[in-house]
Amino acid sequence: MSWEVVIGLETHAQLRTQAKIFSGSSIAFGAEPNAQANAVDIALPGVLPVLNREAVVCAIKLGLAVGAQIAPRSIFARKNYFYPDLPKGYQISQFEIPVVMGGGLAIKVGAGNTAADKYVRLTRAHLEEDAGKSLHEDFHGRTGIDLNRAGTPLLEIVTEPDMCSSTEAVAYARTLHALVQWIGICDGNMQEGSFRCDANVSVRRPGEPLGTRREIKNLNSFRFMQQAIDFEVQWQINEIEEGRAIRQATVLFDPETGETRSMRSKEDAHDYRYFPDPDLLPLEITPDWIAQIQSELPELPQAMKQRFETELGLSPYDAATLTASREMAAYFEAVLDVAGKENAKPAANWVMGELAARLNKEDKEVPAAPVSAIQLAGIIRRVADNTISNKIARDVFEALWNGEAADADAVIEARGWKQITDTGAIDALVDEVLAANQKSVDEYRAGKEKAFNALVGQAMKATRGKANPQQVTELLKKKLGG
Amino acid sequence: MPLTPEDVTRIALLSRIELSAEEREKTRDQLNGILGFIEQLQAVDTTGIEPMAHAVDVVQRLRPDVVTETDRRADFQALAPETEAGLYLVPRVVE
Repeated sequence: MSWEVVIGLETHAQLRTQAKIFSGSSIAFGAEPNAQANAVDIALPGVLPVLNREAVVCAIKLGLAVGAQIAPRSIFARKNYFYPDLPKGYQISQFEIPVVMGGGLAIKVGAGNTAADKYVRLTRAHLEEDAGKSLHEDFHGRTGIDLNRAGTPLLEIVTEPDMCSSTEAVAYARTLHALVQWIGICDGNMQEGSFRCDANVSVRRPGEPLGTRREIKNLNSFRFMQQAIDFEVQWQINEIEEGRAIRQATVLFDPETGETRSMRSKEDAHDYRYFPDPDLLPLEITPDWIAQIQSELPELPQAMKQRFETELGLSPYDAATLTASREMAAYFEAVLDVAGKENAKPAANWVMGELAARLNKEDKEVPAAPVSAIQLAGIIRRVADNTISNKIARDVFEALWNGEAADADAVIEARGWKQITDTGAIDALVDEVLAANQKSVDEYRAGKEKAFNALVGQAMKATRGKANPQQVTELLKKKLGG
Repeated sequence: MPLTPEDVTRIALLSRIELSAEEREKTRDQLNGILGFIEQLQAVDTTGIEPMAHAVDVVQRLRPDVVTETDRRADFQALAPETEAGLYLVPRVVE
């Protein structure tokens, strides 16, 4: 009998602000321990949290990007628990009325033409502060506490249990990861913990009510997410098939063993005793403020993809690839600005092909590409007007990549790579080739088609690739009596 | 519904407060007294009234996203019982 898998994800996106969510401390990564932990962050008595406006702007941006409702008035709550890296004894979060409610994300599951469309509904997204960091290495049997991270602004984005495989969960996480970077609210750096996911996983027989879930905490890579969910699903199925019930629990994924293991069970689950934080008044978000942020929001990837398909005639695959990141899309559009929309297809091929391959090979990001969008557009224009062939164009790209000249024209000029389009010159050249390759000529006349290709090859070789292959072919045919 | 001694023990545990048997009873009386006040408040008919999270009808003031704090770690750590390598040291906790 088959099993159904039910997955919901909670994602903590670290917001791209300068200062903390409730204090004026910096959130820059990599500072000396506790050098960015001030009186509010370490919870000295008498301090008062004051909400960072930019964190709210980030939350509104996400809400708009996922088609959610923005709460006109939301409430901050205290989530109470004791842990040394939480010096106040509570985390400031949102409980009853979060800033963002509902919305959803359209995702593609699978790759290429077989990819399926799916819509994952969001339950909510709320603002909260991060905790500090506990270091359990040996400090004479004591734990070291670094509170630099305490008070870092987070947006926790919660889905409905809408995903039914690890592949779907990863597809959602990747789409959200791309979106938060696209709208500029999170740097997406998973190594530094700026984007981390918890997965609620349960299994059930088709048609039955939801099974008991276990929550896998702190998944900080897509590969781990896939592995952890796959392991957890198999584990739960085995337990049930062997007659044991699943007990609600929080589990951790161990990348070393590829297994999930229980951290705490429900019996000792926390009772957080949420209540409204008296230090923070209701957060009011006016329609005017939302409208202003809406007007500043960039075109969203989904909309841009649509536009690339309808306006530029690109395939859904090309349009999706080019809108995978805002940097890549911006680069592509900058190429089109110079090369013209009529060159959209070659421009797409260049950006997804040569450019992406070179960036990948050198482990560079789009903004660090040594060939600028304007330089690439210069190459594309010279191919379009027949100045150079596609083959030479790749050499020009290589030369520009290596910084050999300022633009395509300079490379073509310096290297003498201009395609020979002068009919007289090609005419003379074809005559020479015919005279020098009597054997091939005879073979061709005897009906051997391959000999013709050899003659084209000879002609191209004689010009070191600079002749227009189409012109050469036509002339050869004519001279050989076609 | 008044609190049982077990309720008080659990609340004390969650709050990390150690109570003697005598203190527990005293605390239970006090908490039940507070709950009694709340019962009186709950007797008021609030149908159709939007609940407030705070006693004053004022909205949150927002701060600009500017780093205003400087590193005062030395001052703060002078107050801490134990520090090392810039870290606050606490009794070992492993979840």
